[in-house]
Amino acid sequence: MNVLADLLQYLFSGLTNGAIFALIALGFGIIYNATTIINFAQGEMVMLGALSAISFYHLKPSLPLAFVGGVATVIVVGLVFERLALRPVREPTPLTLIIITVGGAVLIKGLAMLYWGKEAYSLPSFSGEAPLYLGTATILPQNLWVLGLTALLVAVLEAFFRLTLVGKAMRACAYNARAARLVGIPPGRMVQLSFGLSAALGAAGGILIVPLTMGMYDMGTMLGLKGFSAAILGGLGSSLGGVLGGLLLGVAESLACGLISSGYRDAVAFFILLVVLFLRPQGLLGGRE
Amino acid sequence: MKAKIVSRLFLSVVALSLLIFAGASASAKEPLVIGGVFSVTGTHSYLGDPEKKTLEMMVAESNAKGGLKGQPLKVVIYDDEGDPTKARLQAEKLIQKDKALAIIGPSLTPTSMAILPVTSKAKVPLISCAAGIGITSPAHERQWVFKTAQTDQMAVSRIYQYLQKTGINKVAILTVATGFGISGKEQLNALAPKYGIQLVAQEVFGEKDTDMTPQLTKIRGTAAQAVICWGTGPAPALVAKNMKQLGLTIPLVQSHGAASKKFIELAGEAGDGIIMPAGKLVIYKLLTDTDPQKAVCQEYDKKYQAKYSAPASSFGGYAYDAWRMLTQAVEKVGKDRAKIRGALEGTKNFVGVSGIFNMSPDDHNGLSPEAFVMVKIEKGEFKLLD
Amino acid sequence: MLTGLLNRWLLLALTCLAALVTIDNDYYLSLLNFIGIHTLLVVGLNLLMGYAGQISLGHAAFYGLGAYTSGILTTTYGVNPWLALLLGLAVGSLTAFVIGIPALKLRGYYLAMATLGFGIIVYIVLNEAQSWTGGPSGLSGIPSFSLAGLALDTPRRLFALIWLMVGLILALSANLVDSRLGRALRALHDSENAAASLGVNTGRLKLIIFVWSALYAALAGSLYAHTLNFIAPGSFGFMFSIKLVTMVVVGGMASIWGSLLGAAVLTILPELLVVFHDLEVVIFGAILMVVMIFMPRGLVRGILDIWEQQKRWRQGRLSTGGRSAS
Repeated sequence: MNVLADLLQYLFSGLTNGAIFALIALGFGIIYNATTIINFAQGEMVMLGALSAISFYHLKPSLPLAFVGGVATVIVVGLVFERLALRPVREPTPLTLIIITVGGAVLIKGLAMLYWGKEAYSLPSFSGEAPLYLGTATILPQNLWVLGLTALLVAVLEAFFRLTLVGKAMRACAYNARAARLVGIPPGRMVQLSFGLSAALGAAGGILIVPLTMGMYDMGTMLGLKGFSAAILGGLGSSLGGVLGGLLLGVAESLACGLISSGYRDAVAFFILLVVLFLRPQGLLGGRE
Repeated sequence: MKAKIVSRLFLSVVALSLLIFAGASASAKEPLVIGGVFSVTGTHSYLGDPEKKTLEMMVAESNAKGGLKGQPLKVVIYDDEGDPTKARLQAEKLIQKDKALAIIGPSLTPTSMAILPVTSKAKVPLISCAAGIGITSPAHERQWVFKTAQTDQMAVSRIYQYLQKTGINKVAILTVATGFGISGKEQLNALAPKYGIQLVAQEVFGEKDTDMTPQLTKIRGTAAQAVICWGTGPAPALVAKNMKQLGLTIPLVQSHGAASKKFIELAGEAGDGIIMPAGKLVIYKLLTDTDPQKAVCQEYDKKYQAKYSAPASSFGGYAYDAWRMLTQAVEKVGKDRAKIRGALEGTKNFVGVSGIFNMSPDDHNGLSPEAFVMVKIEKGEFKLLD
Repeated sequence: MLTGLLNRWLLLALTCLAALVTIDNDYYLSLLNFIGIHTLLVVGLNLLMGYAGQISLGHAAFYGLGAYTSGILTTTYGVNPWLALLLGLAVGSLTAFVIGIPALKLRGYYLAMATLGFGIIVYIVLNEAQSWTGGPSGLSGIPSFSLAGLALDTPRRLFALIWLMVGLILALSANLVDSRLGRALRALHDSENAAASLGVNTGRLKLIIFVWSALYAALAGSLYAHTLNFIAPGSFGFMFSIKLVTMVVVGGMASIWGSLLGAAVLTILPELLVVFHDLEVVIFGAILMVVMIFMPRGLVRGILDIWEQQKRWRQGRLSTGGRSAS
C-alpha cells in the first residue's frame, strides 16, 4: 500500500462527511440570511430526516418513497418549529434565540427518543454495498450518492436563489428586510420559507448519510455542531462558503485522523478552524459586517 | 421597589425549596427501598435502559409474591444521564431521602467512581453494573462496593487465547474513546506480552463517530493479521462495514460490548465471520443442558421478553445478577446493612447470567475468564467456537 | 436602593445560616453546594455576557482546567489542595489570557464559534491525555480541603466553604459592576464603537473581563474537584457550556443576583423533573423555550414585567369603573 492510495482514501472519506457538513451548513446559512438566527436545532432536523425515512421504509420498503416521506416530515417539523417557537418571541435578541433553538433541539431530541427509543437503526444503501476500486482506494456507491446528490442540491439551490422570483425575493429580504417590505415582499413568508428549506436540506443530508452511519436519536447534536463550524469557517451566509467550509472540515478531520492521531481528530479539525478564524475573522468567504 | 420585589422573589424561592426539601418523612410501615442509579437517557442509554427495566420487573415480581421476607419492596431509580455530578446527587438522595437499603448501579465506570465515596462513607452496599477494574480494587478501600459486570481483563484473555491458538501474533487495535474503550486498550496492552502478541497499530475512534475508514486505512498499511475493535453501541458495526468497504479481509475480533443481536442486525452482511467473546446470556440456547448458567439465562430472557417484548441484553443481565445476589443476601441475613455486606462478600458458587460468582474479601467481582465464551457470527447467527 | 441592597446581603447570609442549622440531610446540602459552585460560574459568565456583551460557548473549559489542575496536582504530585486551588486559578486565567488575545477580536457568532471550538479542544485533551488526566474514566481519589486539621469532607462543612466563596465573589462582582470599570463595560455592551470613541480601550477591557470570568470558573472547578473527590471529562463538555449560558439568560443578563437565581433554578429543576423519567428531557426543553419566549429578559425581570402589567391592568380596571367587567 503506498501513501498516495492512502491519501486518496482519506480524501474520499473526508469529502463524504464534508458533503453532509456542507448541507447542514447551507441550512444554517439560509436561516441566518433570512433572520440572523443561528438555529441550533438544525442538527436535529438531520436526525429526524434519517429516522423518519427509516420508519417510512419499514412501512413500505421503497427508498425513493422513504426519501420523500422523510424530507416532507421534516419540512413540516421545521415550519411548525418556526411558527410555535420563534414567531411568538417577544424580544428576539440573538442570545434568547440561541437558547430557544437549543431548547428546541433538546425537546426534539427528547421526543425522538420517546418515539424511536434508544436503539440504533439502519437503512439499506441506495444501490448496493459492493465497493468500487479506484486503484487501491475504495469507495462505496453510497459515497457517490452523497457527493452527487449534494452537488445537485447545491446547484438547484443556487439556481433557485439566482433565477426564480421567490429566490430573489428571499435574497432581497436577507439584504434589507425593511426595503424588501416596501417593495411588497412579505418578510414573514420568507422566514417561513427559509425554515422549510433548511429543514429539507438537513433531512436530505440525514437520509443520504444514514446508510453509512446508522441512525439514532442522538446523532444530530454532533452533526449540527460540525455543520455550524462549517458555516462559520466558510463565512456565515455565504452558500459557496458553507460548501467549502463543510468539505474542508471533513477533509481536515479525515487527514488529521489518518496522518496525525485518531484520538485528536476533532481537536485538530477545530484547531485549524480557530487558526483560520484568527487570521480571517469573517470566515473564508464571508463579507465584512 | 424593584429590590423589594427581588427580595420577595428570592424569599419565595427559598421557601419553595425548603417545602420541597421537607418532603421526606419516615413512617414505620414503609416498604424496603432498593435504590438504582442508571444512565437511562443520554449517550449510554443502551446500558441504563435495560438495567432499569430489569430492576423494575424484578421488584414487581417480588412484590407479587409477597415481597422480601414478608415486607413489600419499593424501587427508586434515578437517571444520571451519564453525568458524575448527577450520579453523586442521586446517590446522596437515595441514601438520605429515600433511605435505600442498598444501591444497584450506576451503569458506567465514571459515575460509579463518583458515587462510591458517599455510599462507602454511609455504609450502604453498592453493586455497580459497570466494568472498570478500579470500582472494586484496591479491595481494602472498596469494602462496601461490589460489581457484577465482567472485567475487561477476562475478555482480553479470552481473545488472546483464541488468537494464540490460531497462530496470529500481529494485531491492530481500534478502541473507542470512552471509559470502556480506554480500559480495553489498557488491558490489551498489558496482557499482549503474556500471549506473545505484538500490537502493530493502536487507533482510537469517538463513540459518535460515523466513519472509521481513515483509521482502518492506516491499519491496512501495517502488518496486522487481525483487528481487535473495542466499543459499544453502533460504532463497532460501522467498523465491520468500513472494513468490508476497504476490502480489508483479515479477521475482525469485537469485544463483548458488541455481543448482542442488535450488532448482527446493524452490521448486516458485514457481520459474517466476526469473532467475539460473549457473556452466556447472548448464546444460552447453544449451551449444553449441563451448563448451569443455561437455565438462569433462559429464565431471565423469557421474563424480559414477556414483559418488554424485546430480547434481554447482557447489560440488563448485570442488574439481574445484582438484584438476585442482593435479595439472596437479604433473605439470609435480614435488613442489617453490615450483615448484607458480609453476605455479599461471602457469595459463593452463585450462578448468574454473567457468570458464576465466587466473591471473597479480596475480590468483589468474583468472576473468572470462563464467564465468557468465544463466538463467531455465521449467516446472521452466533455460533460457539470452543 | 441602598437598604434594598443591604437587605439582600442580609437575606443571603441569613438564608445560608438557616440552611446550615436546619437542613439535616446531606442530599439537600449537596444540592445547595452544587448550586453555589454553579453560581460562581454563572456570575463570571454573566460579567462577560451581560455586562461586556461577549458570548462564550466554551466556558466549561475553564471550569475543567481549574478542576483538573487541582485534581492532577493533588493526586499525582501530592500538592496541598489550597495551593492547588491557587495554581488552578493561575492556569485558568493564563489560558484565558492567551486564548482571549486573538479570540476577542472576533465578534458575534464568530466569537461564539471560537470559544466553542476551544471548549471542544480542551474536552478532547482531557479525554486523550490519559497519562495525566486518567482519560474518560476520570480521576479519582482527589483529597478534600482541610482547615486547621479539620477535613472539609462532609456536605455541611463544604457548604460553609462554598457559600463563603459565593458571598465573596458576589460582593466582589457587585463592586466591580459599580466601579469605573463597570461603567466602561456597559458602554462596551451598548456599542463597542461608541465606547472606543469615548476613550475606552475596548480590547483591553474585554480581555480583562474574559480573564476575570475564567478565574471564577477555575475557582468553581477547583471547588468542584475537592467536593466530589472525583472528576471526569464528561462534566466539562459542550452541553455544560450551553447549560451555563442558559443559567445566565434565565437568571437575567447583567444581573449579579439573577445569576444566583439562574443557577439555583437550573440546578434544582432537573432534580424535580426526575420523577418524569424519560419525559424529563422533553419537559426541560419545553420549559427552556417557554421561559425564553415569554420572559426573554430572564425570570426576575420577566416576573417583574408580568407583575407590573397586572398592576397596570388593575389600575386600568379601577379607573374605568368596572365597565370592562360587563
